[in-house]
Amino acid sequence: MELGRGLKQTAFWLVLFAGFALVPVLSTSKYHMLLASHILLWGLFAVAFNMLWGVTGMLSFGQALYYGLGAYAVGLMVKHVGTGWFLPGVALGLIGAVILSIAVGLLIIRVSGVFFTVLTLAFGQLAWQITFRWYHFTGGDDGIQSIIPPGILGNGLVYYYFILVLVALSIWLLQRLSQSPMGVLLRCVRQNPSRVPFLGQSVRFSQLRVYVVSSFFSALAGSLMAGVDNSIHTDMLYWTTSGEVILMSVLGGIGQFFGPFIGAGVIIILQDVVGAKTQYWPLMIGIVMMVMVLLLPKGLVGEFQSLSARLKSLAAPR
Amino acid sequence: MEWILKLDGLEKAFGGLRVTASVSFAVKEGEISAIIGPNGAGKTTLFNQITGHLLPDKGKITFLGEDITGWRPQQIVKLGMGRAFQITSVFPEETVLENVRLACLSRRDEVLTYFRPVRRFKEATDEAFAILESLGLRQHAERPALELAHGDQKLLDIGVALGLEPKLLLLDEPTAGMSPEERHLTRDLIKRLWKEFNLTLIFIEHDMDTVFGIAQTVRVLQLGALLAEGTPDEIRSNPAVITAYLGEDLT
Repeated sequence: MELGRGLKQTAFWLVLFAGFALVPVLSTSKYHMLLASHILLWGLFAVAFNMLWGVTGMLSFGQALYYGLGAYAVGLMVKHVGTGWFLPGVALGLIGAVILSIAVGLLIIRVSGVFFTVLTLAFGQLAWQITFRWYHFTGGDDGIQSIIPPGILGNGLVYYYFILVLVALSIWLLQRLSQSPMGVLLRCVRQNPSRVPFLGQSVRFSQLRVYVVSSFFSALAGSLMAGVDNSIHTDMLYWTTSGEVILMSVLGGIGQFFGPFIGAGVIIILQDVVGAKTQYWPLMIGIVMMVMVLLLPKGLVGEFQSLSARLKSLAAPR
Repeated sequence: MEWILKLDGLEKAFGGLRVTASVSFAVKEGEISAIIGPNGAGKTTLFNQITGHLLPDKGKITFLGEDITGWRPQQIVKLGMGRAFQITSVFPEETVLENVRLACLSRRDEVLTYFRPVRRFKEATDEAFAILESLGLRQHAERPALELAHGDQKLLDIGVALGLEPKLLLLDEPTAGMSPEERHLTRDLIKRLWKEFNLTLIFIEHDMDTVFGIAQTVRVLQLGALLAEGTPDEIRSNPAVITAYLGEDLT
């Protein structure tokens, strides 16, 4: 049974990957490729976020801090050092995310529950405020424009496959993590933290580890996004960005590994389709979220799985 | 025989309430012993201090030759002390197998592996299955822990502790909430596990049949203090214990 589930997940995974790989083949529209890039990077960001929330039970309202850090590491390098410094910017963002998440994590993982959530929000908003005010360094409200990936990556098609491979690799690594003993331990930290020390394991250390991992991949998503949009903006650090991945996770289902990724896809397509018709698209998103939370609390992937499990048990001979 | 656990003048108070009053005793290696006493006598509080959950105000705890006073629970567990809880404490959404396997992985220092799927850890998986077999939970291996009956969950709790291969195992009311029939089975099971896993075992228990049926040494706590210590026969005929706790009918 365990093996069957593994195979199914691998198959789902390959289909998804192939689907994204075919986007530039099936459509000549640059816009579709842009949309697919957004789904990939938001999807990675949401999956990384859900390692904290859905898996370990730590609701962070401040992952935009690391997403924005990744983006600004790239943007500031390109702006202040030189246009060719895109990739070193990505590396800097990743290293920065690890260092910052350890430092912030050590401070805020002392508290749990809603206090943790509020502290993550506070740190996120702090970073946003600094970026917003420090005009001559960060460009403030203007953001940073003309961020072009170097060399052959400057080609939109090449860059698309570049991020596809990186996102696929990242999500694969995160999936491996969630199925590893460490992943089981993280789930156990959520389910019954007071028992974990009696397994000889530390709750805080486990939480710090996953916080660093999640922040690392959030920063990766942010830094790659800078090359997709060719510009960055302080909104990437704003609390609504942190809120967005929460919505995506709820929509897709926080109990499933791929749930947040699907949620990201649905929200981005919804924004695109509804946004083309009316400027009131947030209203639409709001209604969809309300319906989801009230009627389909397990999220799209979660509800789909329980439905197929029910159909299977109905079809099974008695 | 050697001492495996030794308490020296343990003191603990919550505000003005003395819950542990200069408790000293030593537990022999390989012994099975019971702690009894009326509700509020400080039995669980004593366990909480031994396992590092609570810091005693005064006194010293020595386990396997190490002074473990002030150690964190996870350090004490790593040294070889396991514990099952009065209120069953398992990981409800994980399968029965996963609950025990995680304990085995933890003992084998394999928990901090990030990229290998948990099912590929063959030794830990085999160990977990062997423990489930001993507990009679093998057929429930793939079910989420929360689906188990109350008694089975208590056994699983013990199974998680056994996965750590403890030298000393503390059981807090292993038969609480069980029917007389289940109690009987659990009593036999505890005795069997004690032999099979070469444990030193201390259990808190209210059920006197279990206490006098399997304990080699019985310790009686009253108002936080050690009232008496001895073999079941000595305890049964100890006048202080009879007045304080057991009542006339047991003599």
